[in-house]
Amino acid sequence: MKRVFREFIKGLWEQIPPFRLVLGLCPTLAVTKRVEDAIGMGIAVTFVLTCSNIIISLLRNFIPKQVRIACFIVVIATFVTIVELVMQAFNYPLYLKLGIFIPLIVVNCILLGRAEAFASKNSVIYSAADGLGIGIGFGLSLFTLASFREILGYGTFFNIPVFGPSFKPFSFLVKAPGAFVCLGLMLCIMNILKK
Amino acid sequence: MGDYIVLVISCIFINNILLMQYLGNCPFLGVSKRMETAVGMAMAVVFVLVMAGAVTWVVYHYILKPYELEYLRTLSFILVIASLVQFVEMFLKKNIPALYEGLGIYLPLITTNCAVLGVCIINIKEGYNFLQTLVSSFSYAVGFGLALVLFAAIRERILLARVPKPLQDTSIGLVTAGMLSLSFFAFKGMIH
Repeated sequence: MKRVFREFIKGLWEQIPPFRLVLGLCPTLAVTKRVEDAIGMGIAVTFVLTCSNIIISLLRNFIPKQVRIACFIVVIATFVTIVELVMQAFNYPLYLKLGIFIPLIVVNCILLGRAEAFASKNSVIYSAADGLGIGIGFGLSLFTLASFREILGYGTFFNIPVFGPSFKPFSFLVKAPGAFVCLGLMLCIMNILKK
Repeated sequence: MGDYIVLVISCIFINNILLMQYLGNCPFLGVSKRMETAVGMAMAVVFVLVMAGAVTWVVYHYILKPYELEYLRTLSFILVIASLVQFVEMFLKKNIPALYEGLGIYLPLITTNCAVLGVCIINIKEGYNFLQTLVSSFSYAVGFGLALVLFAAIRERILLARVPKPLQDTSIGLVTAGMLSLSFFAFKGMIH
């Protein structure tokens, strides 16, 4: 039980993606313009990661070594398709906003990385805890980055204005260059905190 | 003809896959530390992306669409890309060893390069015909290569500079990418 908890917790700080594990940068840059998109993406990734970790862990003794990557990708792609269809049915505006980045969860290196490095070697319960932890950690990072960018870039938080009407938003932050600079500075802050 | 020129320019510069659409950033930061690896990766991407674009277009329009299986798009595309990459690798190893030497180690990495799957999906979403798909895949790949090579050159210079400790490596890389992206931003007004 203690180990399950430890596997869960490590994704929240010790190995939090994308700051500690520098993987999965594309969605981190692309969907952090607004907080609600970031949360949607975080939930989608958490779901896919937990489910794929469970399935891969269950199948880990049956998958031949040579074709394991292809098998992992099929499992991940199946859950991504589920997310895509569910989101299309129940939250169409979010589906439109996340757009191409939902199918692209398949090639998010975090998922394949966890499958390869963790789920294919550990039993189901630990893999589930690991998937959940890393997924929530990823969601938290997206949330932090998105709140920073949305508050300063649009002057809103969850689409509610936080500053007075005289506030001039730094629109640089919500454009493509701002995403890179913001994430770079965030990594820098994490490096300072690590010491 | 004019349409195709506009498509080429918009795919290479205005909608640059790396700096404007944020696709393929993991290899962008991963292999850009040295010029040689960046050039190798850029060439491998051009090679695979054109083939993947063509094959996925055929798969979508002649297999998925007639049987109303569009919801299997993600699953089938990633499988097609993964097997294509494997196939290309085997073919090159056997028939063109010189090229394999150059591209070899970058090929497996391409399967999880989101630029490849991303461009294939964009091509389908935009409703391009076959020729447009080829042109756009090629131009996106060239845009990827261009950004990667430019970035690698800058990064080689950064190695000589004194960077504050917390900013080192990926962190300064991302800030630099931001500056590069800012310069690509200037292309936005080129086509209305």
